[in-house]
Amino acid sequence: MTTTGSEQNKAPGSTGGAVGMNVRDSIRQPLWLLAELTYACPLQCPYCSNPMDFANVKKELTTEEWIEVFRQARAMGATQLGLSGGEPLTRPDLIELIREARNMGFYTNLITSGVGLNADKAKEFKEAGLDHIQVSFQASSEDLNNLIAGTNAFQHKIEMAKAVKAAGYPMVLCFVTHRQNIDQIDEILDLAINLDADYVELATTQYYGWAMHNRDQLLPMKEQLVRAEAIAHDYQEKQKGNMKIYYVVPDYYEDRPKACMNGWGNVFLTVTPDGTALPCHAARELPGMELPNVKDMTVKDIWEGSNDFNRFRGFDWMKEPCRSCDEKEKDFGGCRCQAYMLTGDPAMADPVCTKSPDHHLILEALEQGKQEAEKPAEIAKPLVFRNPKNSKEICGL
Amino acid sequence: MTQGVFNAESVPVLALGYRFQWEPAQDCNVLLYPEGMVKLNPAAGEILKRISEKKQTVGELIAELKEAFNGADLDDDVYQFLEEAHDNDWIRAE
Repeated sequence: MTTTGSEQNKAPGSTGGAVGMNVRDSIRQPLWLLAELTYACPLQCPYCSNPMDFANVKKELTTEEWIEVFRQARAMGATQLGLSGGEPLTRPDLIELIREARNMGFYTNLITSGVGLNADKAKEFKEAGLDHIQVSFQASSEDLNNLIAGTNAFQHKIEMAKAVKAAGYPMVLCFVTHRQNIDQIDEILDLAINLDADYVELATTQYYGWAMHNRDQLLPMKEQLVRAEAIAHDYQEKQKGNMKIYYVVPDYYEDRPKACMNGWGNVFLTVTPDGTALPCHAARELPGMELPNVKDMTVKDIWEGSNDFNRFRGFDWMKEPCRSCDEKEKDFGGCRCQAYMLTGDPAMADPVCTKSPDHHLILEALEQGKQEAEKPAEIAKPLVFRNPKNSKEICGL
Repeated sequence: MTQGVFNAESVPVLALGYRFQWEPAQDCNVLLYPEGMVKLNPAAGEILKRISEKKQTVGELIAELKEAFNGADLDDDVYQFLEEAHDNDWIRAE
């Protein structure tokens, strides 16, 4: 008998973070359902991946509507459910959603800032069947954490990380890194060790939504990355068997693009607070999307038949240099949203790729970030925080 | 046996946060963990199914597998799998 397991698939978290090995099944199944339950959030992180115009979304799916989405996705083979947002804890029916999802056989992941959580709730969620709570931190120090989060939450997060562990979950911490906190990486990892974390995700900021708006202030410098990477690898070695550290290199510094979402419409399904189904949480900003809604269509019809989900499946949509590239089955030409944001055409190669004729756009962005970083603090552009007021002002709502 | 984590007396258990289940849509057993999934081949499934269902020593686990599979000589394969699974952080020894 042969005795190995096969095909690991780590799907991206709420930050659009790590994507593991490619799984390209002949029958596509939405293995991952990311349920963005709400855009309400007590934090104001300037790197939030929510759309800039989130304040425009007022009506959220009801409890029953969410449960029906879970049921349909589960029937199609989804195993991982991300309960995300915004801050999912602002949904008063969260425990009911957890219970229903777990009863269906989902592995239930709560992706939270910890704000709104308490030790009793962590226990109640566990009894309802919640499998995993990921607590996000903005930094390892109270001052910087609170500055970036736009709220006073650091001590509470520490307490919540402990409460999660005490309730019997694995402790999974997520730090979103960028220029303002990446030099603290050793302190971040020491904090995780002190808290006895089981997993740490050092999720590099990805430039969508609010993060794109604040890109000049968030892009790390090359020297910062070299240092951070060396430290992360050192801790990975030392903590082997103890604490698992995921570290992902920011794609702006890579030569090849990420295999975004493991391929468009391949394993990943996002449903936004108002019921819009998307192949990834940033895809709403692409031009020409029809934005099918789970209130009007079944998940199956959306997944299999909608124009949105079929739009960038396979390789026929590709232009050169992707079309004839021998690496296209590895990275699928990169990220469609990034191609659109930078080049204006979502079918172009992701400019991260050095083979892309638009790669200079990445180099220019890095140069622009560097110039911004070198400015004295008084004249540097301020970070724009993610809150309803800024959303309305910027989007003219 | 080479030096490994497991011997006949050790009790393998699933690591914290790991869940074993049958997936009809995949037509296979899987291990689920925070934000991830491993599809298991039939042999890995038989071993992890037993580990997830009850606490027993490796010796007892092997005896049970032998009974289920007509006395097949599978000791080495089981130990090899347990070590691999341990390296992958799927299980730990109690």
